Amino acid sequence: MTAFQDVTVKELGEMLDEGACSSEEVTRHMIDVIGQVDPKLNAYLTVDTDAALAQARAADVRRANGEKGPLLGVPLAIKEVLNVEGQPCTCGSRILEGYTSPYDATAIAKLRSAGAVFLGRANMDEFAMGSSTENSAFKVTRNPWNLDYVPGGSSGGSAAAVAGRAALASIGTDTGGSIRQPAAYCGCTGLKPTYGRVSRYGLTAYASSLDQIGPLTRTVRDAAILLKAMAGPDPMDATSAAVDVPDYEAALTGDLHGVKLGLPREYFVEGIDPDIEQAVRAAVETCRGLGAEIVEVSLPHTPHAIATYYVIATAEASANLARFDGVRYGARVDGSDPIDMYGNTRAAGFGPEVKRRIILGTYVLSSGYYDAYYLRAQKVRTLIKQDFDAAFERCDALLTPVAPTAAFRIGSRTDDPLQMYLSDIFTVTANLAGICGLSLPCGFTADKLPVGLQVLGPAFREENILRVGHAYEQATPWHKEKPAMLNDR
Amino acid sequence: MAKYTESTEHIDVSYVAHLARLKLTPEETVLYQSQLEQILDYVKELQELDVREVPPMAHPRPVNNVFRADEGAPSLPHERVMDNAPAQRDDQFLVPKIVE
Repeated sequence: MTAFQDVTVKELGEMLDEGACSSEEVTRHMIDVIGQVDPKLNAYLTVDTDAALAQARAADVRRANGEKGPLLGVPLAIKEVLNVEGQPCTCGSRILEGYTSPYDATAIAKLRSAGAVFLGRANMDEFAMGSSTENSAFKVTRNPWNLDYVPGGSSGGSAAAVAGRAALASIGTDTGGSIRQPAAYCGCTGLKPTYGRVSRYGLTAYASSLDQIGPLTRTVRDAAILLKAMAGPDPMDATSAAVDVPDYEAALTGDLHGVKLGLPREYFVEGIDPDIEQAVRAAVETCRGLGAEIVEVSLPHTPHAIATYYVIATAEASANLARFDGVRYGARVDGSDPIDMYGNTRAAGFGPEVKRRIILGTYVLSSGYYDAYYLRAQKVRTLIKQDFDAAFERCDALLTPVAPTAAFRIGSRTDDPLQMYLSDIFTVTANLAGICGLSLPCGFTADKLPVGLQVLGPAFREENILRVGHAYEQATPWHKEKPAMLNDR
Repeated sequence: MAKYTESTEHIDVSYVAHLARLKLTPEETVLYQSQLEQILDYVKELQELDVREVPPMAHPRPVNNVFRADEGAPSLPHERVMDNAPAQRDDQFLVPKIVE
C-alpha cells in the first residue's frame, strides 16, 4: 500500500470512504512524518498535535454516522497568515508573537465544516512580503529538491510541506505570485483563484486589492477539490463575488480539443533561463498534441508590471500594516507617549523587508508624490488589465513560465531587493488584472530543480485553467517525481 | 533585466519613516536610503507611458455599495478580544498618557 504521505487528497478521501483507514490513523502518521522530515525542511512554524487529532477523531465520528465528503478527515497545512481559531497567527513576524486568533478565517471555517484536519502552520515571508521565505522572522525553510536552495515565497512553507511529503496539501495566499512561484520552485501545483473567488475575511491583509487565498497540492484534481471547498461569496468580505461556484472536477476531461491557448510573446524574452524556456516550450507542444490550438498573443504592457505592482502593493501595505501599533494585539515596546510607543514597537516588531515596503508605500502615497507614483501606477494597472481582456478574446487560457529562473541558493539575493522583485515579473500581472492562475510542474533544470508552467485564465474561469493543467499533468510524469531527500528516509 | 543607473530620485527616508511611525537606526536609514533610491529609479519607468486618457483602477472588479440588512449579528466575546491586548485595565486597552 502507498504510504499515507504519498497519496493525493482525492485518493485519501476514497480510502476513508471505503473504511481502508481512519483519519486519526492518517493524522498520527502525518505527525510522525513531520517529526522526521521537518527538522530538515523547516516548513512548519508550529504543529498542533492535540487539535489535529481531535479534528481527526471528530471526522471519523462524522464518517461513522454516514457522512461523506472529499475533505472529511483529510490533513492539511495552513499558511501562518490565515486566522485559525485558538492558534497563533504570527504572519512570520515578531510583531504578532504571542497573538492567538479569536476566530476562523472564512476559508478556514469552510474547510473546517468540510471536515479537514489542520496539522500545523506553514512558514512564510513576513506578512507575505517576499519571494523566498527568507524574510520569516523565525526560520529559513528549505527546498526539498536541494536543501541549500530557497522554496520560493511567500508561501514557501506551504509548498515545501507538500513537495516534501510533510502534508498532502496546504493552503497559501498569493498577492504577486506567492502561491504559484513557490509551487514552481518546489515542484507542486499551486492555484491562485480569481480576485473575489475566495473570501479574504480572516486573511491578514498585505495588499487588499491583490490578495487571494488558494491551495497548493500534488495534483490539479486536488486543487479543484480544495478550491470548490473554499470558494463562494461571504457577507464578511464585500469584495467576494456572488458568482456561482461550478463543479471544477467536472471540467477535468483530460483532453484539450476545442481549447485555444495563447502564448504571450512578452513572457518569452531575454533573461529567461534556457532550461525554463525549453521546458515550457515542450509543454506547449504537449498541449498541442492533446488537441489544443496554439495562438500567439501580445500583452504589451508586461514590461511595466513590476513597477506597477511594487507601487500599488506597497501603498496598500503601508495602510494595512498601520494597524500594528502595539495597542490592540501583538508586541508592544513602551515609549514616553503614544507616537514614541508606536515607533518603538514597529522598529522592534517588523523585519527589514517589511520596513522597506512600508517606507516605499508611505512615500508613493505622500503629498506631492501621489500623482507621479500611485495614481500613475493605478492607470498602468488599467492598461495591464486591458491587455488581458484583449488576449482572452482570442483564447481560453495563456501558457507562460512561472518565473524566469528555478529556485536560487539561500542567501544569494538577500542583499539586492530590486533583483528579488524583478523575479516576480510573470506572476504579478495576474494579481494586477484580478484573473486566475495555475502553476504546475513541467520538468527540471540540468541541476534537477523543478520548473513550473503557468496557465492563466480569465476572471472566474478557473475551470479553463484546471482543465488545461489536468490534461497536461495526465500526459506527463513530472508531478509524480519525488525529491531525492525522501529516498533515504 | 535590472536598469542600474545613477539615482536621480530623492527620498528623505528619515522623514517618510517618521510619517509611517517607524523608528530607524542610523545604519537602517543609510541602507534604506540607497536601496529605495534604486527601487524608485526603476519605478520611474512608469513615467514613460502616456496615461492621460486612462482611468485609474483601484480594484480588479467594479464593486459599488455592497449593502446588507441593518440587523445585529453576534460578534466576538469581549474577553477573547482583550486577551490579545499587550496592556489592559478595566476591559479597556491601556496606552501611554496622551494629554497632561
